[in-house]
Amino acid sequence: MATAAHRAARTHTDTDGPAGDTALTTAYQVAFDAAVAADERIEPRDWMPDAYRSTLVRQIAQHAHSEIIGMQPEANWITRAPSLRRKAILMAKVQDEAGHGLYLYSAAETLGTGRDELLDKLHSGRQKYSSIFNYPTLTWADVGAIGWLVDGAAITNQVPLCRCSYGPYARAMVRICKEESFHQRQGYELLLALSRGTPEQHEMAQDAVNRWWWPSLMMFGPPDDESQHSTQSMAWKIKRHSNDELRQRFVDICVPQAESLGLTLPDPELRWNEERGHHDFGPIDWAEFRQVLKGNGPCNEQRIDQRRRAHEEGAWVREAAAAYAAKHTTEADSEAGAERA
Amino acid sequence: MTNTDWPLWEVFVRSRRGLSHTHAGSLHAPDAELALRNARDLYTRRGEGVSLWVVPSAAITASSPDEKDPFFEPAADKPYRHPTFYEIPEGVQHL
Amino acid sequence: MTAPTASTAPVAALALGDDALVLSHRLGEWAGHAPVLEEEVALANIALDLLGQARLLLSMAGDEDELAYLREERAFRNVQLVEQPNGDFAHTIARQLYFSTYQRLLYGQLAAGDTEFAGLAAKAVKEVAYHQDHAEQWTLRLGDGTADSHERMQRACTALWRFTGEMFQPVEGLDGVDWEGLRAVWRKSVEGVLGRATLTVPEGPQSGAWTAGAGRQGLHTEPFGRMLAEMQHLHRSHPGASW
Repeated sequence: MATAAHRAARTHTDTDGPAGDTALTTAYQVAFDAAVAADERIEPRDWMPDAYRSTLVRQIAQHAHSEIIGMQPEANWITRAPSLRRKAILMAKVQDEAGHGLYLYSAAETLGTGRDELLDKLHSGRQKYSSIFNYPTLTWADVGAIGWLVDGAAITNQVPLCRCSYGPYARAMVRICKEESFHQRQGYELLLALSRGTPEQHEMAQDAVNRWWWPSLMMFGPPDDESQHSTQSMAWKIKRHSNDELRQRFVDICVPQAESLGLTLPDPELRWNEERGHHDFGPIDWAEFRQVLKGNGPCNEQRIDQRRRAHEEGAWVREAAAAYAAKHTTEADSEAGAERA
Repeated sequence: MTNTDWPLWEVFVRSRRGLSHTHAGSLHAPDAELALRNARDLYTRRGEGVSLWVVPSAAITASSPDEKDPFFEPAADKPYRHPTFYEIPEGVQHL
Repeated sequence: MTAPTASTAPVAALALGDDALVLSHRLGEWAGHAPVLEEEVALANIALDLLGQARLLLSMAGDEDELAYLREERAFRNVQLVEQPNGDFAHTIARQLYFSTYQRLLYGQLAAGDTEFAGLAAKAVKEVAYHQDHAEQWTLRLGDGTADSHERMQRACTALWRFTGEMFQPVEGLDGVDWEGLRAVWRKSVEGVLGRATLTVPEGPQSGAWTAGAGRQGLHTEPFGRMLAEMQHLHRSHPGASW
């Protein structure tokens, strides 16, 4: 239950900060290293190296931002979903993403960084979200491709995070992975219906897979030999597998799934390698990856603008609720007490 | 501009009758009433609960990891508090 | 492809089903735009409840997708209130307050009655009770929050007031509903919430020359046509396809 002590996390670092006794810090470091080595979880009020804390804040925030920016490309189709069943599924999925964003912001807050501060960094471009969401959803089939490929890649990344060394992040991921299992399946089912539907629907599905396949592979991040943060994160057990390892796992999973769908993955070099026991695949266009990362993707500005606008246009609502709470606090407190009785 | 940084609340969910409330996570809300409703929407979307508590995070006093040893270690060397400490002749029942 | 005509389908199932369908659609438009993340989750919950109700109700009248996607604007039987655009958050909340209060009272009566809607209404009334509570909580906060929010909320309540009278027009097939009683209890309930929210009960008429029963007769407002165009476009572009 140490997650409760968010505020304390802040004071804890304040009192044991750089000014603290170095011998004490060394002892803390030893205890921290031993806990990580023994696969124990680090909890919010435990001492942790500053770099561990900032790495986690950066990663969890980026993850949270991805969830809420990731609502947009799919929400783009809620009002046009072609059946009421699909509409309900899509609404529930987009809602889950908002929920997942909230779980993750909470996890980040246990490290002493408030949600407002993180949102501010997102809105001002100082923190990133997954580049995949800078691609547009052009047809209904894109909703399916996102579920199958983008959520599939995300799950491949996230399942190991359920064992991440930082307790609150690991717990948030357990909840998220559990809820997300329907996301990938609905995408696959959606694509299957299109693939087996009319020729136009089949073509729509194939076109979506063509456009989403390569960006999905980029979601695992740069190749291991170029990844700046990987080694340290693996040592800290924030990360459990390398980018290339996870990417390979994902490709191997997708190939038979594509076959069952009756759709082709857009890579002429994709083939089984008996010797490696894995599929070989063609080179990824890292120049495109870097361009999108730098802000030159098809939707970077649009996504951030919409997020910023929602936040700004909602300011008066948040202010109103805060003002109301200030006027009525005692009343609300006693009512909440009654709920408990 | 008014302060819009809504305070943080800890959420406890009773998953079914007969079980105690368990910490589920946290959320932001301007006051207790909305905290309870936000908790309902966020933490019981899939029928996870039959009862909810919300507590302002600031109201929780937590033990410090620094005091871990004095707090919790003394309890570790009192094996006589556990039933397995005692040897009972074979065949004795209902003990 | 011919669209089913309204006359072949039970009027009441369409009226209630269209109310839920259209309001759910409007709430769905908030996704990604809500004023705070917690409200993304709350609004989607309400939209999903309504969509579930709509699907059950439309299925009582025919095929849910044919009814939702292939009818023309004039064949929809929802009240004009639910089709009104979201506007700012205050408009959405005012629309929620007016409609959920009505829906809760109506479904309460239906649940106690012996029409074919009794079972559905008994389940839905619990969902709607939560919708009404949500609307009430926010009406209080916006009305009694800041000067700006008060003004916005008052404007919204006033703007939507003239669409409220239509809800109390008797609907064919909902026998046993006491419509005048419904109107009186609705008014008392809404007045109570507005009063506690320091808002003034609008003075204008609850229906204009057009609004009295208009939506129920298939006469809608201009934004509704565009809403349907967006909602139906993809489905209609692939006649006979399954999704």
